[in-house]
Amino acid sequence: MSEQQYEKYYVPDQSPWPFVGAVALFLMALGAGNFVIEMKKGTDGNGALMLLAGFVVLLVMLVGWFKNQIDESMSGMHSAQLGRSYRQGMSWFIFSEVMFFFAFFGALFYARVIAVPWLGGASNNAMTNEVLWPTFEAIWPLVETPGGTTTEAMPWTGLPLYNTIILLVSSVTAHIAHVALEKGERGKLKLFLGITILLGCTFLYLQVVEYIHAYQDMGLKLDSGIYGNTFFMLTGFHGLHVTLGTLMLIIMFGRVLKGHFSPDNQFAFQATSWYWHFVDVVWVCLFVFVYIL
Amino acid sequence: MSTVTNDIHHDEHHDHHDHKPSGIKRWLYTTNHKDIGTLYLWFAFIMFLIGGAMAMVIRAELFQPGLQIVDPNFFNQMTTVHGLIMVFGAVMPAFTGLANWMVPLMIGAPDMALPRMNNWSFWILPFAFLILLMSLFMEGGGPAFGWTFYAPLSTTYSNDTTALFVFSVHIMGASSIMGAINVIVTILNMRAPGMTFMKMPLFVWTWLITAFLLIAVMPVLAGAVTMVLTDKFFGTSFFDAAGGGDPVMFQHIFWFFGHPEVYIMILPAFGIVSQIVPTFSRKKLFGYSSMVYATASIALLSFIVWAHHMFTTGMPVGAELFFMFATMLISVPTGVKVFNWVATMWRGAISFEIPMMFSLAFIVLFTIGGLSGLMLAITPVDFQYHDTYFVVAHFHYVLVTGAVFSIMAATYYWLPKWTGKMFDITLAKWHFWCSLISVNLLFFPMHFVGLAGMPRRIPDYALQFADFNKWISLGGFAFGLSQLIFLALLIKACRKKGEPVSAQVWDGAEGLEWEVPSPAPYHTFETPPVVK
Ligand code: HEM
Ligand SMILES: [Cu+2]
Repeated sequence: MSEQQYEKYYVPDQSPWPFVGAVALFLMALGAGNFVIEMKKGTDGNGALMLLAGFVVLLVMLVGWFKNQIDESMSGMHSAQLGRSYRQGMSWFIFSEVMFFFAFFGALFYARVIAVPWLGGASNNAMTNEVLWPTFEAIWPLVETPGGTTTEAMPWTGLPLYNTIILLVSSVTAHIAHVALEKGERGKLKLFLGITILLGCTFLYLQVVEYIHAYQDMGLKLDSGIYGNTFFMLTGFHGLHVTLGTLMLIIMFGRVLKGHFSPDNQFAFQATSWYWHFVDVVWVCLFVFVYIL
Repeated sequence: MSTVTNDIHHDEHHDHHDHKPSGIKRWLYTTNHKDIGTLYLWFAFIMFLIGGAMAMVIRAELFQPGLQIVDPNFFNQMTTVHGLIMVFGAVMPAFTGLANWMVPLMIGAPDMALPRMNNWSFWILPFAFLILLMSLFMEGGGPAFGWTFYAPLSTTYSNDTTALFVFSVHIMGASSIMGAINVIVTILNMRAPGMTFMKMPLFVWTWLITAFLLIAVMPVLAGAVTMVLTDKFFGTSFFDAAGGGDPVMFQHIFWFFGHPEVYIMILPAFGIVSQIVPTFSRKKLFGYSSMVYATASIALLSFIVWAHHMFTTGMPVGAELFFMFATMLISVPTGVKVFNWVATMWRGAISFEIPMMFSLAFIVLFTIGGLSGLMLAITPVDFQYHDTYFVVAHFHYVLVTGAVFSIMAATYYWLPKWTGKMFDITLAKWHFWCSLISVNLLFFPMHFVGLAGMPRRIPDYALQFADFNKWISLGGFAFGLSQLIFLALLIKACRKKGEPVSAQVWDGAEGLEWEVPSPAPYHTFETPPVVK
């Protein structure tokens, strides 16, 4: 032991924030559940209110917890080992997110490769087609479901292509900002972080435009059969992640303005940048499998 | 397996370090791995009793043929919520609690890597189950579609409280994922100097691999419940052929989560038994590295066998064959484990303390469950066994006499370390023998009625099954009552009754956790020990 130097691992004292966070999730889940039920039944209730209250408590918790965290980090309580814990924790969290998207991509592949062709009579399912929906034709994108709902396919050119370019560029600018941080070039850091945020916002804006176009002009909706289902669930969850990522980038921007982060104290920044790259990779998969193919 | 060079006396000198916060806030706001471990364990035990009470309702209804006590819809709610509570509320949190308590002690870490998140991942659990239990009292009742929530039972034919089920499962998943991230990061990043991977105790190894499985499949479960939610409430048709989806797809997604999930519930049990058997055989574990590789291969194989739950659902023949052979392959590494435990005991100086008794029962009874699993894996005969009581017998042998017995073994093994006092051995013996006899009376005859064709999840049955079911129910009630002995013993132990024990507690015990005093101080290994 004597010759080996180690830094004491920082074990935080008691903290009220996790428990507050638990109450927040409780309110949100109960609220969301009741809200959905009331929506279906068309009755009035306090589901929405509870959901909102949950969000507020969650926000309070996040502010309190992160403030606590930032204060500790700024007063140098974090050892290199703790930094590794955070980084590994973030990487595993991103892995869990990958698996979440995997479930929805899995549904997309299953529908395209198995469910829809079988309904059309492929493999040994001629009778399925004959007995259930003899006029059904298996094509992808599925613009007419066996049940008869029709819709239109979203082309990959136009907005989706622009959005792909925007996100790819934003991944590069995020990287440049990160390199600038490591080199201590604060001006460049601010500039490129700012550009990344703007690109993220533009992406979200165009996504909203695309959704409105889909709903109003194309009749492509969440409930237009498996094509619309997978389209909106995948792009929708991705959009939520971009929103979260953009918020994280904005917080990082605020912290950079306040002079936070240095080449060796930058976990939050690094985590945000990893998250952003992850969101980009998911989009590229989306662009290929949902839009182009 | 490992020796410590610098002593841990350090901890005893710093009394202020050992100052525990008091009152309710200690538990609500805690960041201490031992407190959080205790919370998890008590929570799991309470859920075990609640889920057990539901099982009593099920067995009371099945005591005689015909409908007597509850109506079929309520019966379905009982089987569903019983399953959900036992899987997500009892077994998994109990293992997480054990990991919280023991992993830092076994690898010489001062705490879990992310202590505040640790608190969060615990405290969201009681709320998740509160929501699930609340739904039982709401209009239409709770979930009634089985713990596997197959579509269209959970979509077209379910009641509206399905929304609450979905969100409570989301929270359970979040809790498991955060718990798993904490365990994995603790193990990868917090080992004491010298604690190399191949020196890690097997409980740590099995949990490392379990944590990986959890992070990989819990998000898939979240995806599955989300699709159920949107199918039911937002007009999507993931599981509806009229919209181009497929109800069979639900089963694929669910079991892609579900089969790794059963290994999530058994790998830590393997770890526990691999700790206990060497201690009471006073020998090193036979085949340590083969145990590690076997665990890893079981985990990897568990990703490619899911459709053995779907042999009768309808798949191309090629797929049926693939899943049959892949499933049978898993029995090879599992066999390696059983072989190693037996070889560890071979010519050992065995003594039969309570943890060892539970472990021995585990080895024998888990193997019975493994063998019935092999029978189920044979596609053509599964056509006969599927959805009968034979399957119920199979998974209760692996889960009750497997996972739950290992949790009890672990509790008896480490309880003196937690409280500093020996538990009441007389009560423990009563608990063991009553449980052992009643559990077999409860589950063994299920094989027979299952093979004869009694379907599962049905509140009534043909007259020919009446005798066996009477005995099964009696076994069930006896097993339920036996757990009250355990409750009494635990309450006594928590009130610190009993003989003080030494740091080592059991005379064959080896490893870092036995080097710290009993009871383990509030903070341990603030200075990492060096492992040779
Ligand atoms: C040798 C190892 C094993 C094999 C070959 C095996 C095989 C199988 C098969 C083929 C089924 C489906 C039966 C049917 O529904 O027709 C099944 C069901 C089940 N198994 Fe196993 N199994 C093994 C070990 C385990 C373990 C270790 C656990 C848990 C700790 C487990 C838990 C379950 C559960 C919970 C079910 C029923 C799921 C449900 O339908 O609700 N099995 N097993
Ligand atoms: Cu399985």
